[in-house]
Amino acid sequence: MLKQKLKFGVIKKVVGPVVFAENMENITMYEMVKVGLDKIIGEVIRIEGNSAVIQVYEDTTGVSPGEPVEPTGLLLSVELGPGLLNQIFDGIQRPLTVLEKDSGFFIRRGIYPNALPRNKKWHFIPIKKVGDKVIAGDILGYVKESPLLERHAIMVHPQIKNGQISYIVEEGDYTIDEMIAKIDCGNNNVVEVNMITRWPIRRPRPIKRRVSTYLPLITGQRIIDALFPIAKGGTAAIPGGFGTGKTVMQHQLAQWADANVIVYIGCGERGNEMAEVLERFPELKDPRSGLPLINRTILIANVSNMPIAAREASIYTGMTIAEYYRDMGYDVALMADSTSRWAEALREISGRLEEMPGEEGYPAYLSSRIAEFYERAGRCEVLGSDERYGSISVIGAVSPPGADFSEPVTQSTLRVVKVFWALDTSLAQRRHFPAINWLTSYSLYKNDLDLWFAKYFPNWSVLTKEFMQVLQEEEELIEIVRLVGPDALSEVQKLILEYARKIREDYLMQHAYSPADSYCDLKKNYYMMCLLSYFYNESKKLVDSGIQVSRINSLPSVQELGRMKFVPNEEFEAFYFSLLERLKNDLSSLAGGVKG
Amino acid sequence: MTIKSIVAREFKTVSGISGPLLFVQGTKNVAYGEYVEIVAQDGSVRHGQVLETSFEMAVVQVFEGTGGLSREHTIVRFTGEPLRFAVSTDVIGRMFNGSGKVIDGGPPIIPKEKLDVNGSPINPKSRAYPTDFIQTGISAIDGMNTLSRGQKLPLFSGNGLPHNEIAAQIARQAKVRKTEEKFLLIFAALGITVDEARFFINSFEESGALSRSVLFINLAQDPAIERILTPRLALTTAEYLAFEEDYHVLVIITDMTNYCEALREISAAREEVPGRRGYPGYMYTDLASIYERTGRVIGKLGSITQMPILTMPNDDITHPIPDLTGYITEGQIIVDRALHRRGIYPPIDVLPSLSRLMKEAIGQNKTREDHRELSDQLYYMYAEGRSLRELVAVIGEEALTERDHMYLRAADRFEREFVSQGRYEERSIEQTLDIGWNILSSFPESELKRISLNTIQKYHPSKRSKVS
Ligand SMILES: Nc1ncnc2c1ncn2[C@@H]1O[C@H](COP(=O)(O)OP(=O)(O)OP(=O)(O)O)[C@@H](O)[C@H]1O
Ligand SMILES: [Mg+2]
Repeated sequence: MLKQKLKFGVIKKVVGPVVFAENMENITMYEMVKVGLDKIIGEVIRIEGNSAVIQVYEDTTGVSPGEPVEPTGLLLSVELGPGLLNQIFDGIQRPLTVLEKDSGFFIRRGIYPNALPRNKKWHFIPIKKVGDKVIAGDILGYVKESPLLERHAIMVHPQIKNGQISYIVEEGDYTIDEMIAKIDCGNNNVVEVNMITRWPIRRPRPIKRRVSTYLPLITGQRIIDALFPIAKGGTAAIPGGFGTGKTVMQHQLAQWADANVIVYIGCGERGNEMAEVLERFPELKDPRSGLPLINRTILIANVSNMPIAAREASIYTGMTIAEYYRDMGYDVALMADSTSRWAEALREISGRLEEMPGEEGYPAYLSSRIAEFYERAGRCEVLGSDERYGSISVIGAVSPPGADFSEPVTQSTLRVVKVFWALDTSLAQRRHFPAINWLTSYSLYKNDLDLWFAKYFPNWSVLTKEFMQVLQEEEELIEIVRLVGPDALSEVQKLILEYARKIREDYLMQHAYSPADSYCDLKKNYYMMCLLSYFYNESKKLVDSGIQVSRINSLPSVQELGRMKFVPNEEFEAFYFSLLERLKNDLSSLAGGVKG
Repeated sequence: MTIKSIVAREFKTVSGISGPLLFVQGTKNVAYGEYVEIVAQDGSVRHGQVLETSFEMAVVQVFEGTGGLSREHTIVRFTGEPLRFAVSTDVIGRMFNGSGKVIDGGPPIIPKEKLDVNGSPINPKSRAYPTDFIQTGISAIDGMNTLSRGQKLPLFSGNGLPHNEIAAQIARQAKVRKTEEKFLLIFAALGITVDEARFFINSFEESGALSRSVLFINLAQDPAIERILTPRLALTTAEYLAFEEDYHVLVIITDMTNYCEALREISAAREEVPGRRGYPGYMYTDLASIYERTGRVIGKLGSITQMPILTMPNDDITHPIPDLTGYITEGQIIVDRALHRRGIYPPIDVLPSLSRLMKEAIGQNKTREDHRELSDQLYYMYAEGRSLRELVAVIGEEALTERDHMYLRAADRFEREFVSQGRYEERSIEQTLDIGWNILSSFPESELKRISLNTIQKYHPSKRSKVS
């Protein structure tokens, strides 16, 4: 008791979220400490001799020099186990639902409830038996965590390299604190296992090896799936000025992406946006299973007016949770909105430390931190003796000041991510959503994923290339129009402009709030491309034989292309064949007109 | 904030004064954020707040500024408390200066609660998503960028533009239809001129809103650093009245540009590494601590709707003040100089304007079922018309197609008939939508791709006149 007291440090200085302390002899880097008389949580971020610098996860108002700092011996960690899904946490994994019960609708300081419910019983089904040899990552059994995640794996802790099961409970209901197995690791070391583990948020969970990514993360967003796809385990950045649609896109991906688990991090953004997810997701149905989407979702909400040090931690908290589900063999998608606010938190803390500022005041280590974060994405073979694969796809929003992409956070991000969805203020102002600029965006997965698409839709890549090419040509033709006026265009060129307009307005634009349009499955996506391409290629023949584009355009079936996106997924196949038939008839009647 | 040393401690050890900051030596256990009283040589009392504290020294920001303070004769009293503001329903109908002193000659406020002016973040889990349509009677807002109760929607304007008229018109006309709820206006003036302040007060008086309002007035000649405090007083009052007393509060703050200048001044005095254009790197977070104090809470009747006004330096929307604001607020209403020059009032440019909460605030049972599709189509039409206008400027009108002419004409009509209206003209949402339909009826139906055939059938003027 007395001994412990001796180890307490003393606060020397308080500047906003940063506290300087003395007498911190045995402290370790990134150790969690309790600061001041209110014992608010902080983390050691620098050690110099006997002094330590601590970033504090809550408001430091009222903390004064002379107050104690209590070490905990633990690194800042998260709790992992059943009960994560369907929850909303702050940046250091405090459950906001419990905080609300404890302190009302304003968040009060110094309250640290358990992240995972302790009294809830989970139905555990063992798959191992006494005498089985196990290694790190092996699955001892499952619990049904939510209707959308039937098999939450209880795994052997990564630090247990080798052992033998000396005891395991029967199938039944247990809390996460109850012992469910014992593993004999030799040398009289028997480890008791329960269903909760902790993991330090800044340390990536180990894997067996990385494997290449060749499966698409299907998002139901036409422009993404067709033109700039992301792979499962891939990384993507969405930079864009304010109001260009980063958050709407992140919400769309959280809703519709075909991942098993979604970790959504609201990092320094708006409170109402989290409220929106909380209100909407329980009502929205997963298009594959028909079950409410909230059942596969974990929300981390550290909004803009919550403490900035916890904002800095929030993306690691989210990432560690994502890794945990990946280790079970699941495909996880993680969204961080916005990584710029995380970077600003880093900058503010660095400023308080009076570190040498780099570009635009960001610390020199900004880009290495960004790289380390995205490095935790990927598809890999996870630990365990059975061959399991899991993935984490990471999609980070970036909020460049003045929508100028040359700034450090955007640039550092683009150096590491493989997909770039550039949001364009001028498109957003025209209400062209998603405002992804088709000329500057790219996906480095496109070629690999085309092989996958080709298995189901033989000419998928032909169509997408045709679209890209037409959009590029449109740009050049518009330039000509600007210089010499539309009269200079030939009918064939006018047809290309019309095709491009249809691609933009009738295909690329996708209304997030329209029930029929919000999620476009691959089949509908494909058929829409086919119809547009058919229109163009057939029309071209007509134009070549002297028919004016304006006549083609006024055909009823051609005009119907403008409304096809509002035909629901289920009805689209039938619609496709019927519209194709009508297009054929209308166009050939025009052709007939010429002949006759 | 828990109070550990209830006792106030006095020091006469000011070691330095820099801009709005005092450096006080040998302070030991002064708490971060603590409220400070500063007694000048003449006995007058100013107030301040601790920005940094250590064993050796405390840094105090003085809201009234440090002019007239000396090292030798200044007494600094640390109160052991955060800065609080005394509130009760007595504040309704009253006027305060920028640091919360009564200035209307009335009796002092009998407080019910003394609240920390910095407030606490609302738990995101406890927020109720805003869904109630506020009718401002202004078509460019109601029709195209709908305001809803609990939203933070700023006016981005420029010097010499009629943002004050627009704000006053909104304050006068804003209502949630079909309700008889308690409505209140809180007005915070930050560094505006006497004339501007008088304009607002007269306008509130005229419409009878003054008795249902609380005013906080920091004028251009008042201390600049006080502007850090004024919006926090206004929002502390708003939170009390909304969440304890069930009022629907509309908070108008003008001019946030002056707030940001004050923030920059403090940052410079602390010799912090400046961020973009000299503004502190934490300005986003600081502004969020103001703008996020808006909204609705599950289980509470009241609400806070915030309409900050800011003048964009050089009309530049990429300037850090509008830029960071736009990144926090739930949209923005852009007051445009070009439209103003052409004599259009209100000169609201709907294209760069945005209301992010519009989707939940409109539609059946809120405005009208055709609202979303109609506004989508109007956006498309106006954007198309505007880009054609630019094209015409380059290549002339002759080269345009018939379709192009249609769009050009409609864009003109949109500005003259839809956007433009009288300063005292209050349009119902139905009127607004019908004007929109009128303009669109000049197009063939095949051009109205954003509108479903059902909606056209029901609301297109040609169909409606046939029915009746
Ligand atoms: N796919 C879409 N369909 C319809 N509307 C959209 C779509 N994407 C964006 N919007 C519109 O654009 C608005 C702004 O989008 P969003 O809030 O996602 O911007 P943001 O880039 O996240 O901005 P900020 O950086 O300020 O958070 C939305 O409120 C919505 O009105
Ligand atoms: Mg956003």
